[in-house]
Amino acid sequence: MPLVETQTRDLAHDEEQEFVWTLNFGPQHPATHTTLRLVLKLEGERVIDAMPDIGYLHSGFEKIGEHLDYNQYVTVTDRMNYISPMANNVAWHCAVEKLLDLDVPPRCQYIRTIICELARISDHLLSTGAMGLDTGAFTFFLYAFNQREKIYDIFETLCGARFTNSYTRVGGVMHDATPLFVEKVREFVRTFPRTVEDMERLLNRNRIFVDRTKGVGVLSKVDAIGWSCSGPIARASGVTRDLRRDEPYLCYPDFDFKVCCMREGDCFARYLIRIAEIKESLKIVAQAIENLPEGPVNCEVGDRAHLPDKSQVYQTIEGCITHFELTMSNRGFEVPEEECYHATEAPNGELGFYLAGDSSDVAYRARCRPPSYIHFAVFPHLIKGHTLSDVVAVLGSLNIIAAELDR
Amino acid sequence: MTYSKEHSQAIQARFPDLVWSTFRDETRCVTDRGMLFDVLEFLKCEQGFDLLVDVTCVDYLNYRDAVDRFGLVYLLANTAINERINVRCFVNEPELSVRSATPLWQGANWMEREVWDMFGIHFEGHPDHRRILMPDEFTAHPLRKDYPLRGRGERHNFPVLERGAS
Repeated sequence: MPLVETQTRDLAHDEEQEFVWTLNFGPQHPATHTTLRLVLKLEGERVIDAMPDIGYLHSGFEKIGEHLDYNQYVTVTDRMNYISPMANNVAWHCAVEKLLDLDVPPRCQYIRTIICELARISDHLLSTGAMGLDTGAFTFFLYAFNQREKIYDIFETLCGARFTNSYTRVGGVMHDATPLFVEKVREFVRTFPRTVEDMERLLNRNRIFVDRTKGVGVLSKVDAIGWSCSGPIARASGVTRDLRRDEPYLCYPDFDFKVCCMREGDCFARYLIRIAEIKESLKIVAQAIENLPEGPVNCEVGDRAHLPDKSQVYQTIEGCITHFELTMSNRGFEVPEEECYHATEAPNGELGFYLAGDSSDVAYRARCRPPSYIHFAVFPHLIKGHTLSDVVAVLGSLNIIAAELDR
Repeated sequence: MTYSKEHSQAIQARFPDLVWSTFRDETRCVTDRGMLFDVLEFLKCEQGFDLLVDVTCVDYLNYRDAVDRFGLVYLLANTAINERINVRCFVNEPELSVRSATPLWQGANWMEREVWDMFGIHFEGHPDHRRILMPDEFTAHPLRKDYPLRGRGERHNFPVLERGAS
């Protein structure tokens, strides 16, 4: 419910009262969707304070990153935000290529852009769908999930895996896109807008959904910047920052798309932003698939970054040497002893990797800047003064993925 | 995007001791631990770096030619004109503490808690200085380079429970 005057009276005073009681929300709860725990202080149904307790899924991804090489670690990035693994793959290898100072061919950049945007659509479908599910709109969730299957089919055509794709490689991708992939993406671009229309018709003016989300969990623009928010959550509060436009990477400057922003900053605004971004992403996919350039998809043999084709390995001496050197444990990539940070606009916000290279094939430090972790820190601020039933609405609108939260 | 020239002149006039470098179009400056908070405050309040992107740390224990043990990294961004700057600060063994940036950015709260949890660097004046990802009874700091990747770790320290004792 939106805050009214009486509910915001001095919370600090209330905390000392005897009628305050504590509720453990999670670690296993249908509305947390993954493993996270909230300790809520309640007065009746009103949340006075919320203390997130995280770390249940901590698996030491950053420690593993110091022991796996730049190509192996991509399998771990799949498991961070597992509802849009392609976006993580691209973020990781963009950071590695920045460290190695590699430029990938245009065809590779286009393919990466297409899969990033498909991953964004898939992520937003799940987060808005799950938010609808938590606030009582089950049909909406099924509409969203049906289309996610189509995107999984496209990824399967591309790389053989549906869920944990591990598609990118240093200086290229695992397999080139086939005509079947192009055909499937075109089919998706043609059929998908109807689903978005249906989804909007189901929820945008739905009395129950609007009442449960409008005015709930309001984040002001100043707070959004102060709490380091990014992505759709910051844009719903009026921050006009989108790395695709502001710090262009891959081939985003080639495309015509809008950065969607709202001023309200409540759960409903975050929902609307995600729906609007789905449409913009679809526009990018449509432009990219029609202009997909021909040519090589991986770096050239001379760059010594990507394993050459078998035809080159067996028929040219350069290809043979490159293949040999890349697979030898004491050769591999030429990594400078330097540090750099590269950020991409992942579906959930700014996903960046801070890499320290030490001239070996393995990163000396592979820090991931996870958007879920930063956004979950805002949660106590958003929920204060609202009722217990609003907890699920706010959690759903933040789209907290525990695997990325705890890493 | 890099940090522009005229801005960097302003900060060089204010803090002449900073060591500047550029790599792959990223501007970085190194400050000592006493001045870190003042540099961050100057960058935020006078230079418009209003967004704290991330706080992280690198343990240089086995790094070639490294003299300092830990390198703290503050990644800042300016949301109005899209510039970025990395502020680095080296800290060494007995004095593993710096002033917390939480008075400047609320978002620094959890980021600094993670650095404390993983590297054991203390942040003075932090409002909620607890572990965040590891359990409270954990004693080590797992992202330090002297902490092994494999092994039983702290688990063998847990007391053995016997039937009827609890």
